Amino acid sequence: MTELASKQRPKRPEFRNINALSDLPTYRLPPAGWVSILHRISGFIMFLLMPFIIWMFDTSISSEISFEKFKAAFNIGMLGLPGFIWKLAALALIWAYLHHFMAGLRHLWMDVSHAAVSKEFGKSSAIFVLAISVGLTLVLGAKLFGLY
Amino acid sequence: MAVNYGSKRIVVGAHYGLRDWLAQRVTAALMALFTVLVLAQVILSKGPIGYDKWAGIFSAQWMKVLTFTVIIALLYHVWVGMRDIWMDYIKPASIKLVLNVFTIVWLVGCAGWGIQVLWRL
Repeated sequence: MTELASKQRPKRPEFRNINALSDLPTYRLPPAGWVSILHRISGFIMFLLMPFIIWMFDTSISSEISFEKFKAAFNIGMLGLPGFIWKLAALALIWAYLHHFMAGLRHLWMDVSHAAVSKEFGKSSAIFVLAISVGLTLVLGAKLFGLY
Repeated sequence: MAVNYGSKRIVVGAHYGLRDWLAQRVTAALMALFTVLVLAQVILSKGPIGYDKWAGIFSAQWMKVLTFTVIIALLYHVWVGMRDIWMDYIKPASIKLVLNVFTIVWLVGCAGWGIQVLWRL
């Protein structure tokens, strides 16, 4: 055993399991960590909202009458929920798609390029992904809610 | 050939997750391409997008065939991803089985609906 390894060191905290309520709030993730967990969360959101996605595909494409129904859901409301709730759901999907798309491209890039697998690139590309997905979501959200 | 596996790894011809890993990437690439294609058609069309233009994009036969393959790709892609999530966070085998079955039913149902919408257009 080397001297370094045999020396007494202060006991480091040991995590057997991570508790979502007591441990996670104090966890500090690097940008790449945020991209990673948000990649998962965005995929899960799209999985859950898949019937809504196909409903939008269905009503927007089937006939002129259903197209009007599609528009009315966002302008007037549907199923007892006001239009802005449906717009928010659509905006959540917009963000989820943008993030998943950008983070996925980052994955593919790192799969094909050894140069891309470095600490520096991991950080800068993660910040790029977060900036593009959040930025475009804000731009499209402003359009969706009629700010311009 | 150089030995590139450790002593713990038993070579049995298993693909060690290669198939799902590769399928997830290939399907992702196809869907990304599809996204760009749809966006290009929306952006390049002149004037405001109404029902005619929007439905027109998907009514071309080649677009129907492509959209069909994308729905199938999506089905597989989401299955791999959701299975990963359940494997990582759900420990009891019984709950995991229920969630996996739910995922399959949910995805196949959604894919059927999407394909029905597409082919009656």
